[in-house]
Amino acid sequence: MTTDRAPRPWAAARYMMPLGAFLLLAVLLGVGLGLNPREVPSPLIGKAAPHFELPQLHQPQENFSQKDMRGKVWMLNVWASWCTACREEHPVLVELAKSGVIPIIGLNYKDKRDDGLAWLGRFGDPYVLSAYDEQGKVGIDYGVYGVPETYVIDKQGVIRYKRIGIVTPDIVKNRILPMLDELNREK
Amino acid sequence: MKNKLIAAALMCATALPGWASEAQPAAVDVALEKRVMALAEELRCLVCQNQTIADSHAGLAVDLKNQIREKLGAGMSEREIIDYMVARYGDFVLYRPPVKATTMLLWFGPPLLLLLGLWLFARTVLRRRAIATPLSPDEQVRARALLDNRESDRP
Repeated sequence: MTTDRAPRPWAAARYMMPLGAFLLLAVLLGVGLGLNPREVPSPLIGKAAPHFELPQLHQPQENFSQKDMRGKVWMLNVWASWCTACREEHPVLVELAKSGVIPIIGLNYKDKRDDGLAWLGRFGDPYVLSAYDEQGKVGIDYGVYGVPETYVIDKQGVIRYKRIGIVTPDIVKNRILPMLDELNREK
Repeated sequence: MKNKLIAAALMCATALPGWASEAQPAAVDVALEKRVMALAEELRCLVCQNQTIADSHAGLAVDLKNQIREKLGAGMSEREIIDYMVARYGDFVLYRPPVKATTMLLWFGPPLLLLLGLWLFARTVLRRRAIATPLSPDEQVRARALLDNRESDRP
């Protein structure tokens, strides 16, 4: 024996190191899997809703602008008839519109007018009105990349909340409704 | 097969005068097109997140390329267009996000891990080498003695 080192008390800890590293990695990967890569934090939150003026879906000769909603807390929902997830989301919006707590404006995104109208006819129309963004240019200004997307805009015209993907009953209950109380109290 | 060949030939023939006339208005300006593609290489397609908008044929990527073309054509600089995209989609659209507090880990994490790995590797190698050093003549004698007389080694 060339070495006669005393048994080291931390020797056991050393053997635990790979296990520790593995657990750390597993936790990191677990968290990573739980994240939704589509949920990119929007730089628009806290900023004024970008200005737009678009013809309405039902009445093409009339325009709608985000300015028309000044002084109201409102919701902008981006939808399209070609969007399958929108169909899943739709009943939730219809329900929310029925409760009357917040006016919902639709942004019919890169759709054909007839298709959009037919879709609302078939599934119900929760929107006060829909603006018709045929080219998707307003969508770009709002940073839309995955329909449906939903914005809550306050009385000052500032975007306070953005949801990418469908609005679920859970989100209505736990995110939107509590926020509305607060926003409605603001001036 | 024959049909396909004919179709391909027809496509090539029609492509010359107006390639994708709908998606790329006035794609004649080669210099402009080069700048559009250079910028598009820098931007992430948010619909198909591991592609640049140059690579992607997603509707949004095509729209964004058209936006870039339009804005470059209108005299906006590359910097201004990047800022325009970031204002809408956040730093996430950039394949090379700026170095700031939130992106520190992204920028410096991998080199740090590399350094950590090199350190562990060097340490392990040095240790192994230390263990593997040949015995000195004295130790050789002692080892031989121990091996020759194993009984006496036991307490």
